[in-house]
Amino acid sequence: MNTDQMFFNKRNAQSNRAKLRTEKVNLYYGDFQALRDISLEIPGRAITAVIGPSGCGKSSFLRLFNRMNDLIPGARVEGHVEIDGVPIYDSSIDVVELRKMVGMVFQKPNPFPMSVFENVAFGPRRHGIKNRIELEDIVERALHRAVLWEEVKDKLDQSAFALSGGQQQRLCIARVLAVEPEVILMDEPCSALDPVATLKIEDLMRSLAENYTIVIVTHNMQQAARVSDMAAFLMMEEDRAGVLVEYGVTSQIFTKPKDKRTEDYITGRFG
Amino acid sequence: MTKQSASAAAAEGLEKNLRRRWRFGERIIEGWVFLTGLLAIAVLLGIVVLLLKEGVPIFFHTPPWEFFFGTKWYPVSEPPTFGIMPFFVSTLMVTLVATAIAVPVGVGCAAYLAEVATPRVRETAKPLIELLAGIPSVVMGLIGLMLLSPLVQSIFNLPTGLCGLTAGIMLSLMSLPIIVSVSEDALRAVPDEFRQAAYALGATRWEVIKYVSIPAALSGVAAAIMLGVGRAIGETMTVLMVAGGALAVPHSPTEPMTPMTAAIASGIGNAVKGGLQYQALFAIGLILFIMTLAVNLIADKVLERQKQKFAR
Amino acid sequence: MRTRAIVSRQLSQRVAFGLLVLATIIVVVPALLIILKIVISGAGTIGWEFLTQPPSQAGKAGGIFPAIVGTFYLMLGTFVFSLPIGVMAGIYLAEYAPRNWLTRAINMAIINLAGVPSIVYGLFGLGVFVLALNLGMSLLAATLTLACQALAMTITTSREAILAVPREYREGSLAIGATKWQTVRHLILPQARPGIITGAVLAMSRAAGETAPILVVGAAFLMRGLPQSPSDQFMALAYHLYTVAAHVPGMPKDTIWAVALVLLVVVLSFNVLATIIRLRTRQRRYG
Repeated sequence: MNTDQMFFNKRNAQSNRAKLRTEKVNLYYGDFQALRDISLEIPGRAITAVIGPSGCGKSSFLRLFNRMNDLIPGARVEGHVEIDGVPIYDSSIDVVELRKMVGMVFQKPNPFPMSVFENVAFGPRRHGIKNRIELEDIVERALHRAVLWEEVKDKLDQSAFALSGGQQQRLCIARVLAVEPEVILMDEPCSALDPVATLKIEDLMRSLAENYTIVIVTHNMQQAARVSDMAAFLMMEEDRAGVLVEYGVTSQIFTKPKDKRTEDYITGRFG
Repeated sequence: MTKQSASAAAAEGLEKNLRRRWRFGERIIEGWVFLTGLLAIAVLLGIVVLLLKEGVPIFFHTPPWEFFFGTKWYPVSEPPTFGIMPFFVSTLMVTLVATAIAVPVGVGCAAYLAEVATPRVRETAKPLIELLAGIPSVVMGLIGLMLLSPLVQSIFNLPTGLCGLTAGIMLSLMSLPIIVSVSEDALRAVPDEFRQAAYALGATRWEVIKYVSIPAALSGVAAAIMLGVGRAIGETMTVLMVAGGALAVPHSPTEPMTPMTAAIASGIGNAVKGGLQYQALFAIGLILFIMTLAVNLIADKVLERQKQKFAR
Repeated sequence: MRTRAIVSRQLSQRVAFGLLVLATIIVVVPALLIILKIVISGAGTIGWEFLTQPPSQAGKAGGIFPAIVGTFYLMLGTFVFSLPIGVMAGIYLAEYAPRNWLTRAINMAIINLAGVPSIVYGLFGLGVFVLALNLGMSLLAATLTLACQALAMTITTSREAILAVPREYREGSLAIGATKWQTVRHLILPQARPGIITGAVLAMSRAAGETAPILVVGAAFLMRGLPQSPSDQFMALAYHLYTVAAHVPGMPKDTIWAVALVLLVVVLSFNVLATIIRLRTRQRRYG
């Protein structure tokens, strides 16, 4: 058993089951099948990367976990999606509570048209926290965890748009952290950022992984190799449905891929 | 506790956490919002229902054919006759005059603003056009009454300047803003590549406008014209004050006349509620409603299609 | 030979452009001339007495105070009755209504409702408010009628203002566990507020200028006092202008222009206000 497999087992052992799990999941937008038969288990407190060529359904897959696909009329999910063993597509599940637990950071930073403080305080306020001191506390903690506090502590009342792209994205991360999620989904969070900002966010991700489960979609293979513990390679079949080609420990995927398609993608023969 | 049941308990706790909340406040708001949506529909339906309820009964007294094509409107004679041809022809006539003036002027102005004018000129012209649109119809009627009609009277040597021509001219001023605005939008929506292809072939600026921009924007311009026509058809105060008020079928725009809107406005004060004249006036309202609705629906359709044509 | 062709084409361009400029002048100048004429002819009669006294001698002397007050009541009433409902309906159509044929039909219907002739709204008001609901020819009936007319505009403006708010904000809010209404109330509505207010101000301006519905629903021509309750009769500027211009023999012309001036000032100042709000927000967003 090599060190990577020991790592994986250790992570899983902590919770005795995978944090996120899908079993034979199919996703349809109306008549169009976007994802076919995807089954995998994502460990808690680790970074899992979802990679693959554009259009293969990576974002759609990510959005399964916070049910953001529900917002698209005609979207339909078949199969099991579980968090900590709880099926989240059950009709008894409250989507709003789910999204508190599973936060999302988007490709293009989308701060609200408010001050830095109000952006981070938005979530806690909506969840009922009105006390100003409590809010300030939460905001400061979230900004610290997002490694943004030092840069904005004097600018809390300025518009969020005054921040740089990288800072705005970290602000969006702080916004998510402020509602105390357990899982953070990141949809190509660095693709709109410059290399310096990208590295800062990657460092942030690794520090967050100690306490949160992170799933990141990225089309940047080097980033996936740098940052993630596990990697899932998705690809589009002829009918444009996305399937899971290979899933495993990152170092293994990138050095000794089992599937030829994975190897072709990694080495840049397509994508 | 075994590891198994510990995590099972954790899962159950999680499930309870995630279980569906009733979210009372949210439900109330959604219900409220939905109700007001319904209310808005109710008003629209209400207009249609009311017009039908109060207007259709006249057709039991005067068959539709006679109502629409009859030329005698004598609501107080014994027996009363209700023929609305005079009003319908008057509406057509003033609308025609208004359109004949407003279309070339409006489209020309739109072409100038969209294709030729510098941004400074455009910035100055747009507020002035909005100003024109903001002048209330009763004020336009006043201008027509006090200023334009004596002028028309003397130029055309008429017994009175209160005629269809004067009304048509004032109406054209009132439809100009919408014709200019929608036509200008249509022209600006034409992709620049079309123009550049023509320039590359050596066309002059005017030739590009005449042979490329306007034809490409034609459906948008057509919609603009229709909206202007709708405006002219539905206008009341201006024609009430200026068109003359005569009850015969007019034979030329220089005669005094009574378009449909004015007929309703002047008649409704005297009409006994629920009586025959009352019903007849509502019937005219119904016809007006259908006419403007049809014109606006067609214009909307055309604009939708133009938007799709150039969507990239 | 080629040179002559080019010259003649350039000549046609000159002529054509001249005509286009002429067209633009014809569009742009009348508004100025009209306003100028009204100001010049009407300003002389405007004075403190004119604005604060009730009419006398069948309107030929005295002031127009009750008409001014009546018009402001109408504007206020239109605002109160059409804005809340209009905004809620706009929220429903923009955020909650399912994307099906019914919603599309409703949207179509509301846009076309805005194009219904004002006299038809007058008939509607007569049939429903004056007669069926037995409100009589009162301030309330007239206000409700004008509010219905304004409703189409406020719904459309609200809906468009809400739809204009970028999708990313909604996604960001929902993704951290805010409910739909929380997202609307705390994020989307504040953003859409300027557009909504602009629509409301324009609706009020229109209510001030509308005569036809009031003609049908019934305003008074001459009242010494002010309406004390919504079921009283009332005077209104637009209606007053119509009556003095067309139905009072021997009316001094200066007074007519003065009434027109007052009406114009009321209507145009609200239009200008709406434009200022619109421009200020654009600056704030992109500046």
